Amino acid sequence: MDIDSANTTAVNRLMEARPILKGVAPARDVIPGMKDNLFLHAGPPIEWARMSGPLRGAIIGAMLFEGIAKSEAEATSMVERGEVEFDSCHHHGTVGPMAGVTSASMKVYVVENAEHGNKSFSNLNEGYGKVLRYGAYSEDVLKKLHWMNDVLGTALADALAQSNGIDMRALIAEALHMGDEGHNRNKAGSLLYLKLISPLIAKVMKDNAAESEVLQFIGDNALSVLNPVMAACKAMTDAAHGVDGSTIVTTMARNGTDFGIRVSGLGEKQWFTAPAEIPVGLFFSGFSQDDANPDIGDSAITETAGIGGFAMATAPAIVTFVGGTPKDAINATLEMYEITFAESKYFTMPVLDFRGTPTGIDLRKVVELGITPRINTGIAHKNAGVGQVGAGLVRPPLKIFEDALVAYAEKYGL
Amino acid sequence: MTVTKWNVRAGAYYDSVVLMQLQRGLLELSGVVDAGVVMATQANRDLLAANHLLPDSVTANPDDLLIVVKANDEDFAIEAIDKVDELLTRRKSSTVSEDFRPHSLSAAVKQLPEANWVLISVPGRYAAGVAREALDLGKHVFLYSDNVSLEEEIALKKTAREKGLLVMGPDCGTAIINGVGLGFANRVRRGAIGIVGASGTGTQAVTAQIHNLGSGISHAIGTGGRDLKSDVGAITANQALDLLARDPDTKVIALISKPPSPEVATQLISSAQQTGKPVVIYFIGYPPPARQIGNLHFAISLSEAAEIAVKIGDRRLETVEKSPVSSLYLRGLFSGGTLAYETLLGLQASLSPIYSNGPITPNQNLKDPLKSEAHTIIDLGDEFFMVGRLHPMIDNDLRIRRMKQEASDLEVGMILFDVVLGEGSHLDPAGELALAIKEIREKRIGELDFVAIVIGTDEDPQNIQSQIDQLKEAGITVFRTATEAVEYISLKFSRHNSNQFPPVNLEQLKQPLAAINVGLESFYDSLISQGAQAVHVEWRPPAGGNEKMAALLAKMKNKKEN
Repeated sequence: MDIDSANTTAVNRLMEARPILKGVAPARDVIPGMKDNLFLHAGPPIEWARMSGPLRGAIIGAMLFEGIAKSEAEATSMVERGEVEFDSCHHHGTVGPMAGVTSASMKVYVVENAEHGNKSFSNLNEGYGKVLRYGAYSEDVLKKLHWMNDVLGTALADALAQSNGIDMRALIAEALHMGDEGHNRNKAGSLLYLKLISPLIAKVMKDNAAESEVLQFIGDNALSVLNPVMAACKAMTDAAHGVDGSTIVTTMARNGTDFGIRVSGLGEKQWFTAPAEIPVGLFFSGFSQDDANPDIGDSAITETAGIGGFAMATAPAIVTFVGGTPKDAINATLEMYEITFAESKYFTMPVLDFRGTPTGIDLRKVVELGITPRINTGIAHKNAGVGQVGAGLVRPPLKIFEDALVAYAEKYGL
Repeated sequence: MTVTKWNVRAGAYYDSVVLMQLQRGLLELSGVVDAGVVMATQANRDLLAANHLLPDSVTANPDDLLIVVKANDEDFAIEAIDKVDELLTRRKSSTVSEDFRPHSLSAAVKQLPEANWVLISVPGRYAAGVAREALDLGKHVFLYSDNVSLEEEIALKKTAREKGLLVMGPDCGTAIINGVGLGFANRVRRGAIGIVGASGTGTQAVTAQIHNLGSGISHAIGTGGRDLKSDVGAITANQALDLLARDPDTKVIALISKPPSPEVATQLISSAQQTGKPVVIYFIGYPPPARQIGNLHFAISLSEAAEIAVKIGDRRLETVEKSPVSSLYLRGLFSGGTLAYETLLGLQASLSPIYSNGPITPNQNLKDPLKSEAHTIIDLGDEFFMVGRLHPMIDNDLRIRRMKQEASDLEVGMILFDVVLGEGSHLDPAGELALAIKEIREKRIGELDFVAIVIGTDEDPQNIQSQIDQLKEAGITVFRTATEAVEYISLKFSRHNSNQFPPVNLEQLKQPLAAINVGLESFYDSLISQGAQAVHVEWRPPAGGNEKMAALLAKMKNKKEN
């Protein structure tokens, strides 16, 4: 077994994966293993007792949304009686930002990897303010979720059915040339998405007022495309998973309590976890570092696929997150080249003379150099339902990479 | 008849500016008549169609990259399509952020790809690992670190030799490459003297003294103190000698070392002889076998080594051209016995086998004085020849006949003779000999050089200047002492052993120095202040010094090599 050639295989699968946004459908119809009492969440698997505020809030909200509980108290006692099940989104080809809670009735994006055939899923983005993904479950939150499922979700499903799908790899590549890094900044990508989806929506929606509302919603939300982008990254990294002997990291995800990674050459459900750290960043007015919840969300799938914090150099508009100057942003990307195995063939950065983004985190390099991946992230309030309080940078604990290296050595008899 | 080929790349987004550049790159390829590279939107497809660049059978979606090449024949078209990836990834180097400090050697190499040298000054236990990585990346190593085991040193140097790379060190304090000092080095002017130094301060003392005497240094290559031990076998010193021998900017070489092991000393002296350049040798504490043997000059102190190198450098502005005679034999036909003896003494180390009727050692004894063998030095004034005949200083007849005899042997490439002037000698020896040599030359097939040693003064009756002029006019190389003649001949006959290892790349030595520094930051600062390009690696022990992790990583690296 040659580690480098295994990694070449894994990284090539990651890069050559061709995620196409094919449609929108209820989770129970498309996500493998989805059940009415199953609630998927971001990050590595976790039991209720250890869940952080935002994740608990989102689960309660999803139970109310599904109508299986009528109140917070009822939801909590159902959970405590063991009447609902939880699992990591990642065990079902799914990713979700922040709490990432996905339940059976929720409509989800369906992304298909045209190259390798695997599918991935992500819920619809709710926009800003009080939202379920930050643990909010008030009436207006649920009302918006229902509108998204019934009106927006239906429109998107019908619209996408009119097309051959949207090529997400091409969309991301173009957005990277327009100042997005694909994780914290998705302004350009969301507009590209709006551009592509608008004519299709116009084709399928009969009610002008509703159509206007849908287009307005997509256009107002600079994160509209984040969820399909994440699903695309999931399709790519899943394609890279399971290559015998590979030390490429195929998942980085957080559940608000633990940070977890998975490695291509190790098991499908073999997570290496440690307590998630609290992101360091900039805060909205009225909030401070003290309000921040430990790191949460599946959105680090973008860095795992070679964009987000790894492509910081191409997103000068948000350099304040990394120290303030475009040079700091370039240095952030340069640092990530040191722990990655390859440079992306498709995602390039003009400022680095069209060099490909750092792609394929190599466990060996992380441990050898002691450099952990940089992740751009939104910061959730530690209390359920307050919402986003800022954005910044976080790194996973080094220990989980060391643990993974030990497990790799055991598996491969080193 | 042109051929049109195309390639569709699904879901590959490129900005149109990039694509126009790619299109131009394709057009520059030989045999390409026209090319179109576009995202296959309807508008772009129409554009291609208008330029007859859209074969009917092309199917592509708006998100697809469409590459069409029209070429003179199929091979050209295919070749051009094959070049697309290369053209797409081609970029000007060094768009790097100057203040970024990489943490790994591989990242540093990407940042400064033109760097050919890696300076390593990390703690000894890690140094060999870093050096090995540098060699794997095809870089020369300046290994300042000490406490590297002898086994590791040997392994590193053997690997380097296989790759045509230098490992200067371990424990190498100084080097000067193309005018830039590495490690501890004095600021000295550029010049024609090259140094091979197995002693750091010794090299500093010699280079500084050379500068102070008004000369300069081409390159100073350090080897590390143990290089000349028999276990290592002077791998680096031999490479360095060979490199400086090939370097046209180096006219004189100085080889400085603490006492080498005797067998290594012998071997290095032989390598030095083969450089074809004057080599000043100072093996500190090693008794010099002579002041000079052929092209080798032995010094007795550091400052004297510098002085000799400077003196030779001033004298010899041109290197002696190697000539075809180097594979042939020398025949020395002397009238003076002591001149013959001194010449034999000087040449015996570099010309082998060599015979004489006045041998220094028994195995040099020429069986038949009338018949030369291999390299031969004959004293024609020996009593064997004197029976019923005048001394060759008075009568040139015997010598001319012997010259003709030697010249008829096509294995002879050079004839050396002395011309001793003064009272009692022939009144115009040069005139007679020059005339004879002209005749010999006319009949001779192939290369034959003549070298003369003229002994005399400007007050001698023969008129020494006109004697020398006559010889020179006949194309004879003239020296006034045996020592100079011996050195000249040694260089002429020096032969480079065909090397079984790839030579160290001379061009890399001559390029403006660009280096990667791993370890002491002051070495980086010094490179920058000397105007060299450099990148400093923010080095930390592998896995931050976590032994368990480092051991696992090492196992994974070995696994790769298996």
